[in-house]
Amino acid sequence: MRFRFDVGGLPRYGRDRLGRACRVAGPLSLCAGGMVNGILDFVAGLGRAVLDMVRMAGKVALFGAVALSHVVRPPFYWRTLWGSLVEIGYFSLPVVALTALFSGGVIALQSYTGFAQYHAQNAIAGIVILAVTRELGPVLAGLMVAGRVGAAMSAEIGTMRVTDQIDALTTLSTNPMKYLVTPRLVAGTLALPFLVLIADILGVLGGFTVCVMKLDFSASAYIAATIASLKVMDVTVGLVKAAIFGFLITLMGCYHGYHSRGGAEGVGAATTAAVVAASILLLTFDYLLTDVFFSQ
Amino acid sequence: MTEPTPKIRIRGLKKAFGPKVVLDGVDLDVMGGTSFVVIGGSGTGKSVLLRCILGLITPDAGSIEIDGVDVTTLTPRQREPYMARIGMLFQNGALFDSLSVWENVTFGLTAAARMGHGPRLTRAQSRARAGELLEQVGMDPAVGALSPAELSGGMQKRVGLARAIAARPEILFFDEPTTGLDPIMGAVIDGLIADCVRKLGSTAIAITHDMASAQRIGDRVGMLYEGRLIWQGLPSTLFDSGNPVVDQFTHGRREGPIKVDVGK
Repeated sequence: MRFRFDVGGLPRYGRDRLGRACRVAGPLSLCAGGMVNGILDFVAGLGRAVLDMVRMAGKVALFGAVALSHVVRPPFYWRTLWGSLVEIGYFSLPVVALTALFSGGVIALQSYTGFAQYHAQNAIAGIVILAVTRELGPVLAGLMVAGRVGAAMSAEIGTMRVTDQIDALTTLSTNPMKYLVTPRLVAGTLALPFLVLIADILGVLGGFTVCVMKLDFSASAYIAATIASLKVMDVTVGLVKAAIFGFLITLMGCYHGYHSRGGAEGVGAATTAAVVAASILLLTFDYLLTDVFFSQ
Repeated sequence: MTEPTPKIRIRGLKKAFGPKVVLDGVDLDVMGGTSFVVIGGSGTGKSVLLRCILGLITPDAGSIEIDGVDVTTLTPRQREPYMARIGMLFQNGALFDSLSVWENVTFGLTAAARMGHGPRLTRAQSRARAGELLEQVGMDPAVGALSPAELSGGMQKRVGLARAIAARPEILFFDEPTTGLDPIMGAVIDGLIADCVRKLGSTAIAITHDMASAQRIGDRVGMLYEGRLIWQGLPSTLFDSGNPVVDQFTHGRREGPIKVDVGK
């Protein structure tokens, strides 16, 4: 006779109590067999989760590749592209600008509290521009756009899916990928570098404002130090990161919206998934790109 | 003498979603210029049948021939010329929220022109054409400037119908055209559908569980039950079909061969 104990879902105290019961009630081998089965179940579950993740990554990659293949194949939907550019690039400006402005100020303030102890205040301008152009600009702008545009995109396409509008496109001789997805991917890839450039400028302005207005730095000295620390490579890599982040954010928004099911609840779930996935991917790719460009 | 080829011929069409078999060998012939109405209870696969013909769902087995060509074997690109000959009215209208009513109505014309299947129209020409189409479905052309969200359910259905007939399609599909409408508006939509189909000389398939609608639209009616078309006949025989399943359904009886799962 074979006994099977699945202890994977039990809390730790539950497993302990079960172990004690096994020791009291039966031979030790019985309990050991149950534990082995539990461990095997756990490993199997882990394997399934990994396989699901790989399958999902494959589907997303294929979705992106199909959408990109339409970039070079007519017809082109210029009005949809322009609308997406305005939505992402123009209407995201206020939120990105405010985030960058205050983040630059915070970096300056925090750096001052640390560096003042070692009389290294002169380095603050360099720290601000380095942090803003390399990391804060692209990452914060990306996260803001993921929250604002990624969610809206997923909700819009998801609603179109559950109200048959995407099927209607197909019946009207229009490829939904070409009409809905490709222009949004292109717009995201083009608009985010523009936003990051603005964020870079405003982030530096935030640091400058705090240092000059609050910490009594010399304006001309701060500007000179900023220019001396400004590196074309830092700005360029920040813009490259921004383009990749823009692609990833719109890809996640479109993918989850396109595959949403089950009415309003499904659209809500797709929207959440789009923002979460875009944010995680953005931070993961930020690390990978930093490693590629800056680790010597 | 050879028999004329049906405009739409379906043989052995099967579709299952996991363990649930929805279509289990549907056979159907629809002759050119006629209207066929598929009736059946909720969840019996009427919409799946329509979506299989449209290529929105890939069937598991069987063939769907349009003018003698099995469209299930075609690639999406090869299907494009066939799609350009089909118009579809969706259950809820499926109008594009981001576009105005007139842009919705002429969307198919613009798309066909992009694909090289029709003449290119300027925006002014498109708007004028949309006005004509809206008049055909009994609407004021001024409605063209509105957004779909500003229209009632009946008006959305009419705009959907105007969009479906815009390219003068050879084949028209109607997915529960009167669902959610009051009886008078339902009769108006049915009348418009019958008029449009007659004027265009199109072949039509409609799905509905509204018996009055089925009788108004159809030249022939068939009932889908347990994945098959179990009965076909004239609309006039709908309430006296001689088939116990059809009789129970058309008379709305609780007792009979159809067992309804009420979730107890």
